[in-house]
Amino acid sequence: MKVIVDEEKCVGAGQCVLAAAEVFDQREADGVVVLLDASPPDALHSPVEDAAARCPALAIEVLGDGT
Amino acid sequence: MNDTQPATGDRTGTGDRTATDTQAGAGTGPHSTTGACPATGAGPALDNRPATEAPRPAPRPQPTARTCPFDPPEEYRTLREQDPIAPVTFPDGTNGWLVTRHEDVRAVLADPRFGANRRPARLGSPAPADTPLPPPPPGMFLMMDPPEHTRIRRLLTGQFTVRRMRQLTPAVERIVAEQLDAMASAGGPADLVQDFALPVPSLVICELLGVPYADRADFQRDSSAMLRLDATQEEAQRAHLAMHRYIHELALAKRAAPTDDILSGLMQDGRLTDEEVAGVGALLLLAGHETTANMIALGTMCLLGNPGQLAALRADPSLMDNAVEELLRYLTIIQFGLRRVALEDVELGGHRIGAGSTVLASVTSGNRDAARFSGDPDRLDVRRPYSPHLAFGHGIHQCIGQQLARVEMKAALSALLDRFPGLRLAVPAEKVPMRDDMLIYGVHELPVTW
Repeated sequence: MKVIVDEEKCVGAGQCVLAAAEVFDQREADGVVVLLDASPPDALHSPVEDAAARCPALAIEVLGDGT
Repeated sequence: MNDTQPATGDRTGTGDRTATDTQAGAGTGPHSTTGACPATGAGPALDNRPATEAPRPAPRPQPTARTCPFDPPEEYRTLREQDPIAPVTFPDGTNGWLVTRHEDVRAVLADPRFGANRRPARLGSPAPADTPLPPPPPGMFLMMDPPEHTRIRRLLTGQFTVRRMRQLTPAVERIVAEQLDAMASAGGPADLVQDFALPVPSLVICELLGVPYADRADFQRDSSAMLRLDATQEEAQRAHLAMHRYIHELALAKRAAPTDDILSGLMQDGRLTDEEVAGVGALLLLAGHETTANMIALGTMCLLGNPGQLAALRADPSLMDNAVEELLRYLTIIQFGLRRVALEDVELGGHRIGAGSTVLASVTSGNRDAARFSGDPDRLDVRRPYSPHLAFGHGIHQCIGQQLARVEMKAALSALLDRFPGLRLAVPAEKVPMRDDMLIYGVHELPVTW
């Protein structure tokens, strides 16, 4: 799994942090998403997909398994 | 691209003014799968209408009449099943579109072809016919589109991150405990709204913004006036101006003598004009206390009306995070939905939504959509697996204060249930005055004892 975030689209709602705090954080200054792990382990795939589904700004893209 | 047939009912302007809401379908709603209303014991109303109607009906009135205080009007179920994107006449007589399925509500709210500057929802008062929409007031970013919306929201989002709001938890818990202490020492019965649900988020947002809590009588009165559906344009405008002027003066004072709060920070930052700071401050103050106050009070009434769920929650407090999300979904207090305006002609589910049309995305209806929520979405279930709900909206305008609301609801409900094991209504449920007349649903007062 590969995760891509779009900082421009992000509206700082924090949904991704609620869904997968191991993978997403927010910048102190403006709450914009910080990607902590662009290739999260299997155990986090489901929470990451949940984060992408919850994101109100559609700023998280999850690419299927290459590896 | 598949359907360009002209649709009726997409013009704004005055429609048939006899077709207003109040009689809409009361007692003629479809069968509910849920049986008796947990608040009043009333059974579901019967549907005497034929299953299908004429291919292109005239705009129907927007449903507004509830038969159970916890459920949206029953017509929403039929709309989701049969006419999910429907021409509608709003209570003020104007026409537009009503979107009721979860998937479609999300699509509308995430679509940049729908703009956020719209006329306010009002009951009954005549809408100004065919006058162009005025621009949003300064700082009212809720009604703005990018890039203006982004410019203002980005200055605020850092104040409301998950981490910051969680750091606030001990302070919120202290405020909650103080209110409960005062209630306990005064003795029951008490009005849970005035003694608990309203003070808690008011104290918190005052602290965050830097607004003196001592001024609450004025700003709570102005907030109420702005949220009353039957307020005239003049009344709503006067309340908005009063609130704006109040925050403006406060902000100017903070420039001279800054303190550690959001208003001072915005004044020192300098990227917003004074007028914009006042508008942002007024919006955050209003949204920061009315919404959460109503979720706490209505959420309490709802738990008391669902004793099995309340018992499950008391037995396992670790369910509280999930229960908060479920109450948000189930009660969805933005009862008249989120309004958008088509900025261009838009194809939506086979309909052509004409440029300038008002589209009402019903978050209340979407949050009861069985296509999205497993089991019976019309039942409160504190163990329901989380699925993205629409209580905070969707798209770029999704509630900026949602993490604060979660912290406040969790702290308030946990401590309230813990402190008063015998908490109960002090009047029959049907005597509780519901906020059917307010933009934000809830209870006007909630007499409780313990």
